[in-house]
Amino acid sequence: MDSKYFVASSPHIRSDVSTKKIMWNVVLSLIPGLIGATYFFGFRALYLTIIGVLSAVITEAIVEKCSGKKITIDDGSAVITGILLTFNLPPGVSWWMPIVGAAFGILFGKMIFGGLGNNIVNPALLGRAFLMASWPVQMTTKWLAPRGGSIPGISTNIDAITGATPLGVLKVFVGETLANPSATPEQLTQAKHILVQLYSHWTNLFFGNVGGVIGETSAALLIIGFLYLLIRGFISWRIPLAYIGTALLLGWIFGAPDGFFKMNVLFYIFSGGLMLGALFMATDMVTSPITPRGRWIFGIGCGILTVIIRRWGGYPEGVSYSILLMNLTVPLINRHTVPKKFGV
Amino acid sequence: MIKEFTKGILKENPILVLALGLCPTLAVTTTAYNGIGMGVAVIFVLTMSNIIISLIRKTVPSKIRIPIFITVIATFVTIVKLVMAGYTPSLSKQLGIFVPLIVVNCIILGRAEAFASKNGVLASALDGLGMGTGFTIVLFFMGTVREIIGSGTLTLGFPILIDPHTLNIMGKGYSSALLMILPPGGFITLGIFMWLKQLWVKNA
Repeated sequence: MDSKYFVASSPHIRSDVSTKKIMWNVVLSLIPGLIGATYFFGFRALYLTIIGVLSAVITEAIVEKCSGKKITIDDGSAVITGILLTFNLPPGVSWWMPIVGAAFGILFGKMIFGGLGNNIVNPALLGRAFLMASWPVQMTTKWLAPRGGSIPGISTNIDAITGATPLGVLKVFVGETLANPSATPEQLTQAKHILVQLYSHWTNLFFGNVGGVIGETSAALLIIGFLYLLIRGFISWRIPLAYIGTALLLGWIFGAPDGFFKMNVLFYIFSGGLMLGALFMATDMVTSPITPRGRWIFGIGCGILTVIIRRWGGYPEGVSYSILLMNLTVPLINRHTVPKKFGV
Repeated sequence: MIKEFTKGILKENPILVLALGLCPTLAVTTTAYNGIGMGVAVIFVLTMSNIIISLIRKTVPSKIRIPIFITVIATFVTIVKLVMAGYTPSLSKQLGIFVPLIVVNCIILGRAEAFASKNGVLASALDGLGMGTGFTIVLFFMGTVREIIGSGTLTLGFPILIDPHTLNIMGKGYSSALLMILPPGGFITLGIFMWLKQLWVKNA
């Protein structure tokens, strides 16, 4: 027999890409965002992130130890959960918030389903949802003004009035004033003035000197990290494109509080957690669809839900709940977007 | 005979094993005292309705047995509701709609159908007592866990006999996890309790 004659079943093409390699590259891609957060919010952002990561990793190790499984903390996935969870917290929260949130996310979002690859929803977002429901005051008021900027990113004394982020100002201050039938002409003028200011300061949102959760402050640094992953081929471009594209289009049509087709789309996509969510959380490999068509559907669904929550929902920002809701639809999307078999 | 009593506590626990009566389980266990109050009401209704249904089991035509069982159960639920409103008005207010809803609680009709309509009076009474006790124990512990984490307090007492007393066991600095006294906290606690029960049975 000729030893070169070798019959094997697929796959025939192999690469050296492993889960571990992808995960650590994702960690690397989040570093620019972390550096930006540390620059804008001070070392507090860094140390909150570190304890969030430690909590996630230790929780995973303890659960795997107790259930007699192989300890897989070196694959980096718990590190990502820890970073993303802390990126989703306001910079002024108490030190135990990332600990509790990361532990809850890992335990009830991931380990309880059997660990990496079996989780239904993004563990970091589940941890955030838990913190949001449990300590709403911590999660919605502990904003810090970044270095060289103000919380809403505009140069009025508005943060003294509401203490809110740009989207908070848009929804709570501008939106409610415009929708209030008994608002005085001065109030309406002031609200419109603030709206114009918000729109014209979108560069603050892009570069980061604006308040918000730890990780969302600088869209530019998040995009740098994302581009690195994209060039290395570790991440899907369809979900972010579908998500941001849908949010941009529907946001332009429905997003403004003073009428249709009036939203400044650059303000819309760079404010809040849209960049962080679309680039790093909706694209989580475990909890997003595996087919290209499914990814389009997933991204568009996230975009529609985000616009609906921002405009008509109870919260100023809806990225995290949109992604969590769409995570739940992933098995269904996968089942209905199976590509046709070649030749059938 | 004693087995009819003990089976309801662990082996056939109505909540952890049969998974019946989950609606009041999730809804009222926001404090330990509410859990006890609901449990005591269910023990009374379950035991009394089991006794009556066992007594009339031979005269009830099988085609219309369900309406008759429900009528018997509703009688005792009305008694509980009025007694509770009269003697423990605050508990009655806390439990609210879930006291009248004991009528449609699956545990009670389930035991009437599966046990009392086929067995003697003593066995049925013990079955009702045991099932009710198993229900109460789970409600008490769920209420304890959820109240301690969700409010930082522990309210203990016994309907009519001992007035409820709230202990501030987590201290002043504790920032309570609101989620635990909201519906998701109920589901999470129940899931953990079921898991622990399975773990215990497996290792025993």
